[in-house]
Amino acid sequence: MNDLIKLSAAELAAGLAAGDVSSVEATQAHLDRIAAVDGDVHAFLHVNEGALDAARAIDERRAAGETLHELAGVPLAVKDVLVTTDMPSTSASKILEGYMSPYDATVVAKSRAAGLVPLGKTNMDEFAMGSSTEFSAYGPTHNPWDLDRIPGGSGGGSAAAVAAFEAPLALGSDTGGSIRQPAHVTGTVGMKPTYGGVSRYGSIALASSLDQVGPVSRTVLDSALLHDVIGGHDPHDATSLTTTWPSFAAAAREGATGEVLKGLKVGLVKELHGFSKGVEDSFQAAVKTLEAAGAEVIEISAPHFKYATAAYYLILPAEASSNLAKFDSVRFGLRADVPGTVEDVMSATRDAGFGPEVKRRIILGTYALSAGYYDAYYGSAQKVRTLIQQDFANAFAEVDVIATPAAPTTAFKLGEKLDDPLAMYANDLATIPANLAGIPGITLPSGLSAEDGLPVGIQFLAPEYEDARLYRVSAALETLLVESWGGPLLDKAPALNGGAR
Amino acid sequence: MAKLMDFDKALEMFEPVIGLEVHVELNTKTKMFSAAGNPANEEFHDSEPNTLVAPVDLGLPGSMPVVNAEAIRSSISLGLALGCSIAPSSRFARKNYFYPDLGKNYQISQYDEPIAFEGSVEVELEDGEIIVVPIERAHMEEDAGKLTHVGGSSGRIQGASSSLVDYNRAGVPLVEIVTKPIFGTEHRAPEVAKAYLATIRDIARGLGISEARMERGNIRCDANVSLRPRGAEKLGTRTETKNVNSMRSVERAVRYEIRRQAAILADGGSITQETRHWHEDTGETSPGRPKSDADDYRYFPEPDLLPVAPSEELIEELRSKLPEAPAAKRRRLKGEWGFTDLEFQDVANAGLTDVVEQTIAAGATAAAARKWWTGEIARVANAEGREAADLVSPIHVAELQKLVDAGTLTDKLARQVLEGVIAGEGSPQEVVDSRGLAVVSDDGALIAAIDEALASQPDVLEKIKNGKVQAAGAVIGAVMKAMKGQADAARVRELVLERAQA
Repeated sequence: MNDLIKLSAAELAAGLAAGDVSSVEATQAHLDRIAAVDGDVHAFLHVNEGALDAARAIDERRAAGETLHELAGVPLAVKDVLVTTDMPSTSASKILEGYMSPYDATVVAKSRAAGLVPLGKTNMDEFAMGSSTEFSAYGPTHNPWDLDRIPGGSGGGSAAAVAAFEAPLALGSDTGGSIRQPAHVTGTVGMKPTYGGVSRYGSIALASSLDQVGPVSRTVLDSALLHDVIGGHDPHDATSLTTTWPSFAAAAREGATGEVLKGLKVGLVKELHGFSKGVEDSFQAAVKTLEAAGAEVIEISAPHFKYATAAYYLILPAEASSNLAKFDSVRFGLRADVPGTVEDVMSATRDAGFGPEVKRRIILGTYALSAGYYDAYYGSAQKVRTLIQQDFANAFAEVDVIATPAAPTTAFKLGEKLDDPLAMYANDLATIPANLAGIPGITLPSGLSAEDGLPVGIQFLAPEYEDARLYRVSAALETLLVESWGGPLLDKAPALNGGAR
Repeated sequence: MAKLMDFDKALEMFEPVIGLEVHVELNTKTKMFSAAGNPANEEFHDSEPNTLVAPVDLGLPGSMPVVNAEAIRSSISLGLALGCSIAPSSRFARKNYFYPDLGKNYQISQYDEPIAFEGSVEVELEDGEIIVVPIERAHMEEDAGKLTHVGGSSGRIQGASSSLVDYNRAGVPLVEIVTKPIFGTEHRAPEVAKAYLATIRDIARGLGISEARMERGNIRCDANVSLRPRGAEKLGTRTETKNVNSMRSVERAVRYEIRRQAAILADGGSITQETRHWHEDTGETSPGRPKSDADDYRYFPEPDLLPVAPSEELIEELRSKLPEAPAAKRRRLKGEWGFTDLEFQDVANAGLTDVVEQTIAAGATAAAARKWWTGEIARVANAEGREAADLVSPIHVAELQKLVDAGTLTDKLARQVLEGVIAGEGSPQEVVDSRGLAVVSDDGALIAAIDEALASQPDVLEKIKNGKVQAAGAVIGAVMKAMKGQADAARVRELVLERAQA
């Protein structure tokens, strides 16, 4: 394995800045890695043919003495939910096969402006609906820790790409855990920012009031660096916050010293249950590490969390049923060749173009919004949302951050839950409340499960706008855990033998 | 053809209740939710199809709406002009339905939280009677694109082989104004509908928020009509006649529906709650789709937009800039101009109040301004099927009258000059110069012509000399003809009498 791909984004950026390595070399190393292992992993739906040209342009600008962004020249994987002008954007759906966007998502445009080099588009559950990436219309992604297992979802491609050293950084989107749950099962880091902290413009909408774009990486600092690039107000997104954000990278670097843990009040949610023993044990060990470093652990109550998943699976399908109405064959995308009226063509196209999970949620959401049912379903779910926000407000009056295991189990086998939607939905029970409340959440590795030797993630939650606090606390814990492991957790992952794409 | 009852008989048996939904296209520079040019703004009138489109207008993946602040201001102004309260916070909602002219397959509208609500507007009928129309709400929304059906007959979807979509109109800002049921209009219901529409047009024009041209679709009207038997409390079942897009049509459509519904009810039938189409050519309505609870638009709050929360300062600023309400303005102008009721109604009913006012402001007397606009200009407008206000500017009309007052033009010459101005030949003075139309005021030239005429008609000269002054007409006519009409007939007459006695 080429050493360049083992570097964190921060390390690679330092090498690029020092002139020790060129962006072309770094990009080529990652393209080689993709060529070597992605046949097995299938993290990418599309590899950017223009990556080396983009890298070369950065090298030339650097050679010309131009002052570049800290991450300039670092390769980046982009979740296929984000639209790009130079690569197809399909949201892993057949209905958008080959679709080329006339504009870049704001986060992609900001990444390009910072000199990051897009390597390709990563696999996901179709329209980000799923927790295993098995609902991709283009075949599942495999977990680099065990190719028979799921990489999480919906952003399994971005997490697996980073875990398999196919990219140092990736962009993800998180509607109910699609960044944080894949991080949990792949031993990587993923951050869902405060709602409105990162632009959604150009992120193919799943549930507009829940979706949030965020960074995916192998270290906390790397996520913070990417968050600094993509965050901030966007006039194209009316829900984007006008807040002035502190440097998240500075917060991560400061946190790495561990000082932040002294006297830090960490809340554990009394009502969160249902974690496997391996997940629970790893989580408790991480909590012990926090306590040993001076943190105070306090049990808090969030009585309405038990309604979160139910509320989520009304709000999400409702909004999704409306957001996905635009896929009708009239202006772009797949068109079913059937005789009849425009309604016949629309109907046949949507039947042919959408996968089973997407159809399930469109039907569910259409029903939940119907006259006579709105109040009972969508209306009630919105009330639950308010109650969960209140739960968080009460909790954060007592604690600085909340810690939870990121998901109930380690990576399960491909196919294991495919026919059991409710079991699949239960994967997100720990991550969903943050989306309902709009608060930030981060997942980083807490260790390996003693049961199966697979990675486990710990999730931290903070009040809205307190994204920097999450980077501080996570970086502190990361330092302690990596020390205890004698190196990054991913060093323990089995070597991928390859399998050319 | 539907059975119709005589209108007066229908009114004897039933009380009509009407309600009007009027869409006003705002003339903001950009669209309601995108930075694309707005075809309802004059700058973009002549744009090619599908050239005024941003990603959100086409419903492209990942696109998001952003509210146009100018449209909010216009909507608040319109709400205030309708006497409405302005909501401190109002929300957009999605109205979900599939249609090819709707890029997102949902329309962003307002549902349970409109920006303006509970108002009333004074509507003046042709005879000067004032009716107060209660306003339920005014809400903001976006327009859909425009479908053109190809291959069928008369552009209808039936029998068409394909349909073209122009998304230029998609996202044009609209304000939909909904009245409460209007009671007590009786036999004047059709007239009230027409006058209400005219009032909305005048308000929108006065505010400058819309070009308010009905023939361009800037203002579109849906007319709800129901009948209830005399003495009944309960409202009858209503029909909604869609897209009645001229003032004459709305009057005819309401009258037609009253007659049609009355015939059905009198026969013991019942009215189907439905939308109906208006046919300008036949003057009839025909059934559209049934409107019932089956219409489920699955409204929910638009999650891509924040609530609209205008500050109290903004509302007060806009309130302070409101122009005078049309009915109040009419009352004032009628007094100032000193017109009779009939004269004033002539001006008002022809929609000429503004241009007459501007003509007076440019220096003409009220009488002269009225005479030009309701006379010669209206005649030409009628003949050419155009709007009088589009033919000539008030400034030119005032200038024309000044030339008449100064004796440069006779009335007859002035009409020729007006014709030149309408033809785009320039200002009245420029037309006078280029066509050489000024009155010949050079007495020398006139005297020469008079002497010649008198010499050639000795019998007439004799009569004048004998005191038969009326005989001078023949000479005057000959002189005017020699002068090609460009002489002041009164002066010619004076000179003829003078020369005859000489």
